[in-house]
Amino acid sequence: MLRKLSVIAAVAGLLTAGLAGPALASGHALPAKEVKWSFDGPLGKFDQAQLQRGYKVYREVCSACHAMSLVSFRNLGDKGGPFYDEKYSAKHGKTSNDNPKVKAIAKEYEVADIDSETGDAIKRPATPADHFVSPFANEAAARASNGGALPPDMSLLAKAREEGPNHIYSILTGYAAPPAGLKIGDNQHYNKYMAGDLTSYWSGSHEHVPPGGFIAMAPPLKANQVTFDDGAPATLDQEAKDVSAFLMWAAEPKLDERKQTGFAVMIYLLLFSGLLYASYRKVWKNESH
Amino acid sequence: MSGHSTYEPKTGIERWLDARLPIVRLGYDSFVDYPTPRNLNYWYTFGGILSLCLASQLISGIILAMHYNPGADHAFASVEHIMRDVNYGWLIRYMHANGASMFFIAVYIHMLRGLYYGSYKAPREVLWILGCVIYLLMMATAFMGYVLPWGQMSFHGAVVITNLFGALPLVGPAITTWLWGGFAVDSPTLNRFFSLHYLLPFMIAGVVILHVWALHVVGQNNPTGVDPKSKADVLPFTPYATVKDGFAMSLFLLLFAFFVFYMPNALGHADNYIPANPLVTPAHIVPEWYFLPFYAILRAVPDKLFGVLAMFGAIACLFALPWLDTSKVRSMRYRPTARIHFFIFVVACCILGLCGAKLPSEPVIPGLTTFNLVDADLNSFVWLSRLAAFYYFAFFLAILPLLGLFEKTLPVPDSIASPALSHPATIPAAATAAPEMKG
Repeated sequence: MLRKLSVIAAVAGLLTAGLAGPALASGHALPAKEVKWSFDGPLGKFDQAQLQRGYKVYREVCSACHAMSLVSFRNLGDKGGPFYDEKYSAKHGKTSNDNPKVKAIAKEYEVADIDSETGDAIKRPATPADHFVSPFANEAAARASNGGALPPDMSLLAKAREEGPNHIYSILTGYAAPPAGLKIGDNQHYNKYMAGDLTSYWSGSHEHVPPGGFIAMAPPLKANQVTFDDGAPATLDQEAKDVSAFLMWAAEPKLDERKQTGFAVMIYLLLFSGLLYASYRKVWKNESH
Repeated sequence: MSGHSTYEPKTGIERWLDARLPIVRLGYDSFVDYPTPRNLNYWYTFGGILSLCLASQLISGIILAMHYNPGADHAFASVEHIMRDVNYGWLIRYMHANGASMFFIAVYIHMLRGLYYGSYKAPREVLWILGCVIYLLMMATAFMGYVLPWGQMSFHGAVVITNLFGALPLVGPAITTWLWGGFAVDSPTLNRFFSLHYLLPFMIAGVVILHVWALHVVGQNNPTGVDPKSKADVLPFTPYATVKDGFAMSLFLLLFAFFVFYMPNALGHADNYIPANPLVTPAHIVPEWYFLPFYAILRAVPDKLFGVLAMFGAIACLFALPWLDTSKVRSMRYRPTARIHFFIFVVACCILGLCGAKLPSEPVIPGLTTFNLVDADLNSFVWLSRLAAFYYFAFFLAILPLLGLFEKTLPVPDSIASPALSHPATIPAAATAAPEMKG
């Protein structure tokens, strides 16, 4: 048994080394706040009401500047998504394209198309099959409207930052008045959770450089910025949490499916390993080794 | 030692085929009747686990290639198309990405096992070198595979690694341009990397066949390092080794599945979910974890050319190992001094891995400033990596050659089945399990 344990211990040791490896110091930002998410842990899944609230924050606030070009309207009605409805699933011979909520959301947008009769460039209402419509025609237009800064595409934001949704939540709630002695440039805002090094902007002693960095985005959320349809109080904290959860869904829409499949796979493999171990004991019963 | 074939075709079809293409006989002799030392421990199951890794990577990779688009403008989006729109695409991609890490975990254990039990010594030199060739091909394949999603780390990793060849005198710049297919890492680079990433795994499979062939010619080594002398020393591969390998594979799959389903991005880097942008360089460019020790050796040397040479030299040492180790005793179980150095070597490799992930100037002990030595503070990761790299090379180039000449080894048992039990070092289970835990 000792030898078996030593195999496991060695593998675990190597993995820890591997995991500890790529962890890098990220400037002098404060470590991201730990939020308890419904999708944490092996059995975690998205909270649909939270995703709907998060979508509303995204729709009414974020989407004014941030694109989300990898997500399609139909995804909103996919399993695990904010507007999933079993009535419009394969179980009933339908798809998320038939979901009236999804159709209504798509119809709010116009997309560029070509008239198939005349070949003219036209605009038509979006359908669930269309991708989310970007707020700017191109990068130059986005920068021109945002003081030279480019609002990142939000499709994968929650996976493209260390700590993902915790980081996004921390940024959204991490704005503060800059401490006296910190020189702030035009169109810059102080945020305690933004990566960066403020040493060269700080007039005080080198031991007391404030944590965090500068961010071009002005504080995007404040209390009562949106009115939630489910009556949830629209505090800054609630809005930030909900939109962070929504962004996690946008980045990893198959998270629910992945964790559920994983649970079955782990149980299967555990039973299979037990069976193989029993076979191993039986086969080797009369052999010394 | 495999002896003559004992396969007897039972049916007419088998006899007919056996007279024309004895492929069933080959399989029977190799994986059923093949005699294996009876004392193989779990460290010996990683060969089977590695074949499972290769099969998993090939199958998932072939499916990914059906949906992937290797153009600089489409690669990133096509990977996301796999993740979002392809049925179970997320599963296949996470299996492939994490499978690479699992492959390297298994290969490192497999190599360290060979190092510990002296599996590279005569007559297994060719077997060992074929293994080194597989490892080299794996590194090339993994590196090019990491470029394919065309994220920020893909792109800038490709820039850093291809530029290493530019350090070679005279031919360097020409080689780099040739690798790139242009004057910078761009679409032609990505397209050829995809082509080679698809080709190399089949070359790995080919060398694996040679590796298994060489193994079956010379027979497996075992924890005592003593050749099997009689029938009492060996057991048929099936069912004894198959069931043990199968159990180990199943445990390995549990670990693999845990990563795929519960932390699929833990071994990757967040920056690779940002599309490649040649104009924005990530704050820290780090390779995947399995390259970190070599990356640390590269950065430990202040000169670029010598850094590159040191990095390739670190791999070259592995190829020369059969002739660097002068000891007549195979297994380190009977080499008390070599054993201590083996464990220090493993620690040195882990330290190099840690150093590869850190900024060279970062202090090892936070907040402590000692004194400046040559080009950096002594309390910095660059000096730690120099110390560990020095040991890495000393282990191969000085310790192993000299120890073989001066080391006082313990008595080696006469045979596998009847070890001289009077000596404590020959009680396998308890005596070796404890120190191995540290590895």
